Amino acid sequence: MLSKIVRTVANQLILFILIFGLYVIAHGHLTPGGGFQGGAVIVSGVVMLLVAFSSQELKKSLRERALSIMESTGALIFIGLAFAGIGIVFFYNFLVGTPIFGGVPATGPGPGDIWTGGFIPLMNLAVGLKVVAGLSAVVLALALFSSGEELEE
Amino acid sequence: MDKLLTHSPILIIVIPLVVAFLTPLIGRAGGKARNVLVVASLAFVEFLVIILARDIYLNGIHIYTLGAASPELTLPGGAMVPIRIILEVDAMSIFMGIIWATVSLTAAIYSISHMASETGQNRFYALLLLMVAGTFGMMFAGDLFNLFVFLEIASISGAALIAFRTRFADAVEGGFKYIVISAVAGLIFLFGVGLLYAQYNSLNIGFLANAMQYSTLDKIALTLFLVALTIKTGMVPLHMWYPDSYTVAPANITAMLVITSHACMYAVFRVCFTLYGITLDPATVGWIVIIIGLLTMFVGVTMAVFQTDVMRFMSYHAISQMGYMWLGVGVGLAVLGNPGALATYGRAAISGGIFHILNHAMYKPLLFMTAGALYHRTSTRDLNKMGGLGHNMKFTLILYIIGTLSIAGIPPLNGFASKFLIYESVYQFNPILAVIAMLVSIITLASFTKAFQSAFTGPQLPEYKDVKEVPKSMLIGMGILAAGIIFTSIFPGLVLERIVYPATDALINQGAYINAIMGGGTP
Amino acid sequence: MEYIPLNFPFLAAALLVGVSFYIMIFKRNLIKLIMGIAILASGVNLFLVSLGYRAGGNAPIYTDVPEGPMVLPVPQALTLTSIVINVAVLALMLTMVIHIYRHTGSLDSEKSRKMKG
Repeated sequence: MLSKIVRTVANQLILFILIFGLYVIAHGHLTPGGGFQGGAVIVSGVVMLLVAFSSQELKKSLRERALSIMESTGALIFIGLAFAGIGIVFFYNFLVGTPIFGGVPATGPGPGDIWTGGFIPLMNLAVGLKVVAGLSAVVLALALFSSGEELEE
Repeated sequence: MDKLLTHSPILIIVIPLVVAFLTPLIGRAGGKARNVLVVASLAFVEFLVIILARDIYLNGIHIYTLGAASPELTLPGGAMVPIRIILEVDAMSIFMGIIWATVSLTAAIYSISHMASETGQNRFYALLLLMVAGTFGMMFAGDLFNLFVFLEIASISGAALIAFRTRFADAVEGGFKYIVISAVAGLIFLFGVGLLYAQYNSLNIGFLANAMQYSTLDKIALTLFLVALTIKTGMVPLHMWYPDSYTVAPANITAMLVITSHACMYAVFRVCFTLYGITLDPATVGWIVIIIGLLTMFVGVTMAVFQTDVMRFMSYHAISQMGYMWLGVGVGLAVLGNPGALATYGRAAISGGIFHILNHAMYKPLLFMTAGALYHRTSTRDLNKMGGLGHNMKFTLILYIIGTLSIAGIPPLNGFASKFLIYESVYQFNPILAVIAMLVSIITLASFTKAFQSAFTGPQLPEYKDVKEVPKSMLIGMGILAAGIIFTSIFPGLVLERIVYPATDALINQGAYINAIMGGGTP
Repeated sequence: MEYIPLNFPFLAAALLVGVSFYIMIFKRNLIKLIMGIAILASGVNLFLVSLGYRAGGNAPIYTDVPEGPMVLPVPQALTLTSIVINVAVLALMLTMVIHIYRHTGSLDSEKSRKMKG
């Protein structure tokens, strides 16, 4: 566990990192970014918390059961959205034309409209959820493992 | 039912994936519910594979485009290049699919009692289902990049399964070797895919086969593909990781990994026959494949003769039997440009190699599972310490005898049928190859007899006096494979005509594969 | 930037692949082997991304981009997938090295092997 200054600043900074990561996830269909990239940004914030507080402290907040459920939920939302268009074809973009996220972008450069893209923004959110849960579990397990403990079932 | 048939290629890949993500959630409700869910989903996948196979043998190649307006729409709006991810299932792909569905169902039934005393079984079944989905994706992929992605999925979950019992040091070492080798092979394969994309601006196998001119960069890409897939299949001289990894895994995982390396061999055939086709130099590449096959057969069986660890002994035999398949298909590849020779003995050689894939996929998992049964009851893999187990484990003895007679090529079992087909056709190409193949078969029989005598016969040792027969689910699993062996032995002609010859014709006939994609035109 | 030849990214990718093969063949420490695989992955990813470059092109997005040719977006998607797969592979390899160290107490690949023959 590092000194009090580092812990206080880390507690304040994690909020900004979280907001930036969610921005990268949510705008994946307009600007560079998307599910995996935004998830990796959020996990880098978790790594900062892991370094500032020790892994024993972080184990009390990030329980393994919650991470496992979050990971499975993200994957199931992704496949569930892909299955929703199975009446025509698997992965059919059934939200194009509907008021939720359906909207065809105008050709040529211009400021992007976030309500476009069909189900791609929703899939970005599901993938972001899964990546955050998965990579934080990996990082936490490696940190605990090196110091001699195990992440219990 | 009709809708189920249209969507079956993607359902076969996605259903194991969904159940793999459901398993940690349902496993909290209890072990029995999770076991029932896993076996039921694999049985449903087997049902889908069988109805898809019937439809392919009647109606031809099945195309599935993900995300288009209809499943067969590969060129929307009159485009010249196929877009979107396309799954293309022809007779050769569904042949491998039938094998994999059966073996994975058998392995899942076997693991209900074999892994009953381990902790963390939720993760075990999730990884097993991920490996099933990954290998199915490799067999059905219609473009090169999806082949790479599913190959990596199968490798990662396979390595985690090999190293699952982390309390044994050699299990973790075997898993480490597997993942290092798979990572390097996958990256070399990706380099080749990048080279082909740079030239032709597309990744689809049908489109590339149509536009292929055999320039220098294409030759380099072919070399990279062959090196990467030779490493993954375990052929000599790049086979050093194979026995180390397959010895220490749980026995049913080894059975599944054998079929995964068959799927990598299927990728070699797909690249050589369908992607490059006539444009490659058949004599040169064919002879390279034949030489690799011969070396593998010989080195595999020579290293197997003096092993004392029963699983390591069987892994070396698995390497040697894969040499037979490469030999048969290599002879067919060498005469691909010569229509007369192809009709006389080339087609029979390829059929022999493919029939040997089917037979090997039935007796090799059976043999590995009997070795696992021996380990389950005696907790040792060393043949020097075992002895006289035939008195207690009668069913395991019978299954082991069926497996041994099959692998050695003794009539009337199915091993003899496929080996005889290979000997006949390869003899007309070059007599020396057939003689070496027969010699290897004799040495195989000798080494298996030695192992049988060491483990099962002899007086009953005092420390094994109250060893019982293995639990029922393991016997059911092994029994399914033994029933398949006996069925193929009694009706080899039926199996050849219905399953093997359509697969051979699908490999030789490159034009049908291309037309299925490029002809799927505007709505 | 006319004084940098157009082949420069491909030469850099070939150099990275060459360095990684040297590391994997000649170094015995297991952690160095893993680093060699990471360098090989970087080399292949660099090769894939630089395939799509068109001289003077812009980023392939619609939002506020100036007129002109665009670079190809497909190799960027292939590289992303490859990076994700390599993250998973490296995490798995590092976990196995920790287990091997706990069992045998050494990170040398000659001293920590148990299977021969």
